[in-house]
Amino acid sequence: MTEHASARPAHEPGTHVMSPGILVATAASLMVLTAITVTSSRIDLGPWNVVVALAIACTKATIVALFFMHLKYENRFLMVILIAAALFAALFVSFVVFDTVQYQPEIRAADQAVRKGS
Amino acid sequence: MSHLAQTGTAGAPEDRFLAHHFPDMTAQSQTSKLGIWLFLGSEVLFFSGLFVAYGVYRANHYALFHYAHHFLDWRMGALNTVVLVGSSLSAAWSVRCAQLGDRRGLRITLLLTLLLAGMFLVVKYFEYSHKLHNGIAWGAACHPSEEILSTLPASVRALPVPKDLGTFFSIYYLMTGLHGIHVLVGMGLYVWLIRRATRGDFGPGYFVPVDSVALYWHLVDMIWIFLFPLLYLI
Amino acid sequence: MTTAPAAAAEHAAGDSYLTHGKGIASWLFSLDHKRIGIMYLALIVFSLFLGGVFAMVVRFHLWDPSGGLVSNDAYNKMFTLHGAVMIFLFVIPGIPSALGNFVVPLMVGAKDVAFPRVNLLSFWLFVAGAVLFIATLVVGGLDTGWTLYPPYSLESSRGLGILLALTGVFLAGFSSILTGVNFIATIHKMRAPGQGWFDLPLFLWALYATGIIQIFATPVLGITVALGFLERVFHLGIFMPEYGGDPVLFQHFFWFYSHPAVYIMILPAMGIVSEVVAVFSRKPIFGYKFIAMSSIAIALIGFFVWGHHMFVSGQSKWANIIFSFLTLLVAIPSAIKTFNWLATLYKGHIILKTPMLFVLSFFAIFGVGGLTGLFLGTLATDIPLHDTYFVVAHFHFVMVGAVMIAFLAGLFYWWPKMTGRMYDERLGTASAILIFLGFNVTFIPQFLAGTMGMPRRYATYAEQFVGLNRVSTVGAVLLAAGLGVALWAFVASLRHGARAPANPWGAATLEWATSSPPPHDNFAVAPRGVPPYDYTGLTHASDEAGWIPVRPEGAR
Repeated sequence: MTEHASARPAHEPGTHVMSPGILVATAASLMVLTAITVTSSRIDLGPWNVVVALAIACTKATIVALFFMHLKYENRFLMVILIAAALFAALFVSFVVFDTVQYQPEIRAADQAVRKGS
Repeated sequence: MSHLAQTGTAGAPEDRFLAHHFPDMTAQSQTSKLGIWLFLGSEVLFFSGLFVAYGVYRANHYALFHYAHHFLDWRMGALNTVVLVGSSLSAAWSVRCAQLGDRRGLRITLLLTLLLAGMFLVVKYFEYSHKLHNGIAWGAACHPSEEILSTLPASVRALPVPKDLGTFFSIYYLMTGLHGIHVLVGMGLYVWLIRRATRGDFGPGYFVPVDSVALYWHLVDMIWIFLFPLLYLI
Repeated sequence: MTTAPAAAAEHAAGDSYLTHGKGIASWLFSLDHKRIGIMYLALIVFSLFLGGVFAMVVRFHLWDPSGGLVSNDAYNKMFTLHGAVMIFLFVIPGIPSALGNFVVPLMVGAKDVAFPRVNLLSFWLFVAGAVLFIATLVVGGLDTGWTLYPPYSLESSRGLGILLALTGVFLAGFSSILTGVNFIATIHKMRAPGQGWFDLPLFLWALYATGIIQIFATPVLGITVALGFLERVFHLGIFMPEYGGDPVLFQHFFWFYSHPAVYIMILPAMGIVSEVVAVFSRKPIFGYKFIAMSSIAIALIGFFVWGHHMFVSGQSKWANIIFSFLTLLVAIPSAIKTFNWLATLYKGHIILKTPMLFVLSFFAIFGVGGLTGLFLGTLATDIPLHDTYFVVAHFHFVMVGAVMIAFLAGLFYWWPKMTGRMYDERLGTASAILIFLGFNVTFIPQFLAGTMGMPRRYATYAEQFVGLNRVSTVGAVLLAAGLGVALWAFVASLRHGARAPANPWGAATLEWATSSPPPHDNFAVAPRGVPPYDYTGLTHASDEAGWIPVRPEGAR
């Protein structure tokens, strides 16, 4: 109980009331970023299109987490949970994609060798 | 409900929602919040598998993915993004209303969230039915009709239809389908919240369910924030 | 404190959680973590029995090189169901869901877990998953191996069994996630006043680390089996090459969960060992913080090593090298724990009761199981050893020799608390010795057969391995006999065991501060946190009264 005993005097986590201004500004910035992501996708940036789209999506997700999900005003541990989940997911995605990019050429080469042989 | 403290000490009215194994409402609501966040962390990893599948097939079939995304109408996706952001705003507002004891505002914002969620699914229904009518199903069952091919941009129409087109749509249906199931569950939760709000359960001393469902709803929004550009735009 | 006399009076009248409600429904729909724990225990012991029967069929079949007992086809189903039932229904849920559910709230001095209704839901999801597994037997079994690798597993000729098994795994997985959420929330938010993080018993640190894995890895199992199910029904082209899918992708998905799941199995076992070794050495645990933190380290590093199951599956060269290196890192926190346990024994006043006998066999067996893991984690030595009996022996050393034996240690240790009855020490000792001998006779020959090249999972084998296989089968009979003696000890205890005192072992953790069995609300008076391994305040009164505080209550 030590942590909630020590957290209580400062501000009771979870009782922060979001002001209308911040809520509307959050929604508005999400709309603006949606517009930007649509616009940017219509310009051909080659491989950078993915990077831009993901960067904007991550920004939007951060805004949702901080304000709509009021993590900015919460016990830090809740943020640790979300970040840990995001990192594990990123680990999973990046390692498997890394591996598949490495072994696919071998499979294609083997595939062609089989076709040539038959 | 037997574990609710029936003989609770005289005090705030919301103490009737205090379970017997917590000392006070603060401890109970903080524990619930931790629980819901742990569950949301789990949800992120649940979806991560589909992002892995997306990443792997995109890396291996870049041209196919680029070709296939032309079948998706970005305007529908953008509309749904706006709808979901609106519902998230309404959900966040409902938490504010509950905290301030604004019961009328709470009912309105909960209802609005539910309606926007329904609207999201209606748009999704039109997208799905349009595709399925035109032969765009998953896996080996994907045979786009001439009609839908003719709507593609001219530069894309000139290309031959790739053999594994269905792989993209398998992933499309999986990702949006799992997300759609989450939207449906969220709608069920909002119906439940509206009933309880009408009964007058929520107020400044007890708003954990409103907050928890809103957190879940924002996560559903957050997943869509990634699905929209990955599937519709790039 | 004003309620203390009333609660004490109620308690004197003999009200315990066992007598608190009557009738079958008061058990099946109980929100009491203790009753849920007991129901889990019953189901898990049944799963162990079922998996054991399958194992005995396998061992007797392998008595003869050409396979004497059942058809090759039936053999495939037997080893698959042995693996699947043991892994998903015994080893993974065994310690956390059965013993953990009972002990966790008691150890933090709480009345229940954080979310009692979620706990009950978790139990029923597990029941549903278990029922689906049993149902696979009815529809013709499952012969894919417990790993369910496609393309073989998702071919239409596998029938209905695979769909039931996938659904069963999905449900059992969600049960596991909910248990993890409950434990982490309970440990975070429901600790007794004055119980800081480093006053937690190490069993709770172990379950906390387990919870991290349950929450972050198990959902990936959920999506894996869901994708497998949909692939099988709708031919999506995700895992099946004939529809454009990639079977190696399934292995990535599967092991992203199933390797961390190995630590879901072993971490709680290590937690039990930490409790028992300190209590029965009458010494504070050596290196408390190192043992606590190494649990967290194992949980986190465990997420980075899944690829070592795929060294010969067509995974790329660089992935192999990276995963091999990362795998060796797990040895560090594991070794830290082992050295600290051994240091706890040093100059301790060792009491050789049954739980301690099991823990001492854990040390011997886990040592071998852990070190042979290094051979398999090293890329160069794994390639010849992969898919031989060496691997089979290695993971049985860890999962049976370490986890099952620690489960028994925990069960004997907490049995008086759960039932209010002592067991017969002679029967306990006999079972510990028989299990240790039987285990080693069963699995040491499998290491030898593996290094000589005997492949796993085959229904028949070359003539040269016949001696080793027969020794192994004899060992399996000894092992089964040992488990039978343990069961006998428990049944005899229930029928005519002596009444257990509140604290029969002289342990300092909070679960021993309440009566045996505990009352419905766990404690007559809400306890305060105490140093979990400080035994100086306890003295042995008598066998009937157990250990009692030296100083009068409140003097601390």
